[in-house]
Amino acid sequence: MTASGLTVGAETTAPPAARRRRLGASGYLLITLGALAVVSLVRLLTGAEDLTSGGTVGAALTAAAPIAMAGLGGLWAERAGVVNIGLEGMMVLGTWGAGFAGYQWGPWAGMVFGLLLGALGGLLHAVATVTFGVDHIISGVAINLLAPGTALFLSKLYFSTAPGGGQKQSPPVTDAPHVSVPGVSSLLQDVERRHWFLVSDVAGVLRGLTVHVSLLSIIAALLLVATLYVLWRTPFGLRLRSCGEAPVAAESLGVNVYKYKYYGVIGSGAFAGLGGAILAISSSQFRDGQTGGRGFIGLAAMIFGNWRPGGLALGAGLFGYTDAMQLRGSDGVHALLLLLAIALLALAVVQFLARRVPIAVVAAVLGVAFGWWFFASDELPPELVGAAPYVVTLLVLALAAQRLRMPKADGRIYRRGEGG
Amino acid sequence: MGRLTPRAVLLGIAAPLGALVFAALVCAVILVVTGHSPADTVQAMITSGKRPRTFVNSINSATNYYLSAVAVAIGFRMNLFNIGVDGQYRLAALLAAGFAGATFMDSLPGPLRIVLTIAVAMLVGAAWAGVAAILKVARGVSEVISTIMLNAIATYLGQYLLLKLAVPVAGSNNIGTRPITAGGQVPGFAYPGSTSKVYGLVVLAVLVGLVYWFVLSRTRFGFDIRATGMSESAAVASGVSVRRMVLYAMLFSGAIAGLVGMPQLLGSAHSYSLDFPAGLGFIGIAVALLGRNHAAGMALAALLWGVLDNSANSLDVAGVPKEIVAIMQGVIVLSVVIAYELVRRYRVRVEQREVGRALGTTRVPAEVAA
Repeated sequence: MTASGLTVGAETTAPPAARRRRLGASGYLLITLGALAVVSLVRLLTGAEDLTSGGTVGAALTAAAPIAMAGLGGLWAERAGVVNIGLEGMMVLGTWGAGFAGYQWGPWAGMVFGLLLGALGGLLHAVATVTFGVDHIISGVAINLLAPGTALFLSKLYFSTAPGGGQKQSPPVTDAPHVSVPGVSSLLQDVERRHWFLVSDVAGVLRGLTVHVSLLSIIAALLLVATLYVLWRTPFGLRLRSCGEAPVAAESLGVNVYKYKYYGVIGSGAFAGLGGAILAISSSQFRDGQTGGRGFIGLAAMIFGNWRPGGLALGAGLFGYTDAMQLRGSDGVHALLLLLAIALLALAVVQFLARRVPIAVVAAVLGVAFGWWFFASDELPPELVGAAPYVVTLLVLALAAQRLRMPKADGRIYRRGEGG
Repeated sequence: MGRLTPRAVLLGIAAPLGALVFAALVCAVILVVTGHSPADTVQAMITSGKRPRTFVNSINSATNYYLSAVAVAIGFRMNLFNIGVDGQYRLAALLAAGFAGATFMDSLPGPLRIVLTIAVAMLVGAAWAGVAAILKVARGVSEVISTIMLNAIATYLGQYLLLKLAVPVAGSNNIGTRPITAGGQVPGFAYPGSTSKVYGLVVLAVLVGLVYWFVLSRTRFGFDIRATGMSESAAVASGVSVRRMVLYAMLFSGAIAGLVGMPQLLGSAHSYSLDFPAGLGFIGIAVALLGRNHAAGMALAALLWGVLDNSANSLDVAGVPKEIVAIMQGVIVLSVVIAYELVRRYRVRVEQREVGRALGTTRVPAEVAA
């Protein structure tokens, strides 16, 4: 799945392409409603009203934005064939940049600075991996070592003497404006309070998505759509992706592979930096260690989403949601166990119908185990909830690995003119 | 590459030395730009480095870094990236501390307690690495991704387990496992002029280094590992089971990773608490890269890292943020890998030219990827 890794055990045979109908918009809507109905049922069973409250959904949206941006960072680099585990470091640079410019010139300057610093980190990664052909993982690790040190160094220089700042944190940054769709707030809240099956849940989700939404989250959503358009609907995107799939073939058709890899990796850094900036601005300052592994969660969201923007958004939303639930107390968190159990059992059924019996068995056993855990315990320690995104990603990798398809030349070192 | 011609030796040391010089230059420029004097900074670090206490702490840090580097290097040698050393050693240290501190251990003889503690740590480390190994062997999941995920899971699992195992640490709001009583500790070596002692388990680090060198360069198993790393297809053709090698290499790497926390746990901390150092796994990667996965090279690199880290502690007092050293370390890692690559390309070109001359052809033959 990466760089110079060994290919042992890799499932190289492609799954049969047959009988997969593409879902239309109504299909997705149905699935969403179905999932929401399950969540609603769990909510009624457990009494964990926080599961779909507007507050939770709003918090999830805020938490998801930086993760989605880090994921986009991963997507841009890996679609151009460069693995970027330096996302975390580039994100740290972004948080510092947002703190530095943000407290002096406002949140928008902070966004721009975060983006630029992240892009600088991306440039470094590009120079090492594309020009010098260094192993992608090693360069990423080096950037993850370098960036936090640099951020803390600069923080001590510029923030310790600033009013309201400190050695490890910036002065306060004003948050970006929040917007609401006018007139829906009280109505939705009213419906939500009735705790009806499904209806109240839809109201809660809608309220979270329409009331007091940060402009930063909206920008993040727009960037997801823009990436989908640029990478999949423009000649530029086609060339960039061709560098990740078959660089030698691209070269033979006259594509300047180095150039597109540079675009991809610098863009990757810019997105990661932007993610850091969004994180710093929405939590009103830069703090040392603020990213807390979100760069890696972004990477996980991208893998979860099968190297596609839509799946990535779903992954980021899911991970943002667990993040939000963790902050909202143990009732809802405990109910998540039941949700996970149901999801695994559903997966087991689907896999069984698709005649993948071993996977179905594993999923069923795990599902029963999580279900038993739910009924045997009264609460889930919040420390363990933080691990959820990572466990889910491992499960996806382990159970659905054949369905995942990363860019074919992802992580391979490419040198001009060396193609067979 | 086995020939020790003067040119080979020169090329071998050119890369690390060049990287060190380059990193020092970058840091000097950063210091000048931010209004500090590089000379004063170096002076402050040298003054601090001369203190016996700094020396002892440097050796101790280097011990940890070295073990971590060896754990990483086992994987590197066969192209396997164990990014998860970090999670493996933290989980191992926590569980070993809980085990060693348990009351039933107090009645056992001292050496047995120490051996058991170390064994538990190695088992936990190997088990945590084993998850990644099984995922790779059975499902083809990249070990880079799975170990990154396992690192994060270890962090949260560690927090949870610590709360379960913890007793309050007297006089602070820190929490830790029940302290290991006298018999289960490993005494250190005193060093004149310093109150802190050199970890007793520095011996273990040396031993691990020797075993690493012996196994890799003098046994069939080590040969298989290196062969797999250099050319997987050639290894398979000569009858090596890559799956088995991946499993073993990952388990050994995890077992050594389990040792990383031991010198500190048994030598000075005596319990695992919230402030147990994190991030040693990533330092191990840096040290292994700088030392080129070579037993002696990594020892030098670990010492360098230890000295840099510990003499930096005086910098904050001198008015220079001590993170300048972290920047320097990052630049060293990045520039050393670039330098190795440049040297490799240069070597290939020189060899091609020699071959061309020997064959009497004027044109350089098509490049053979090394």
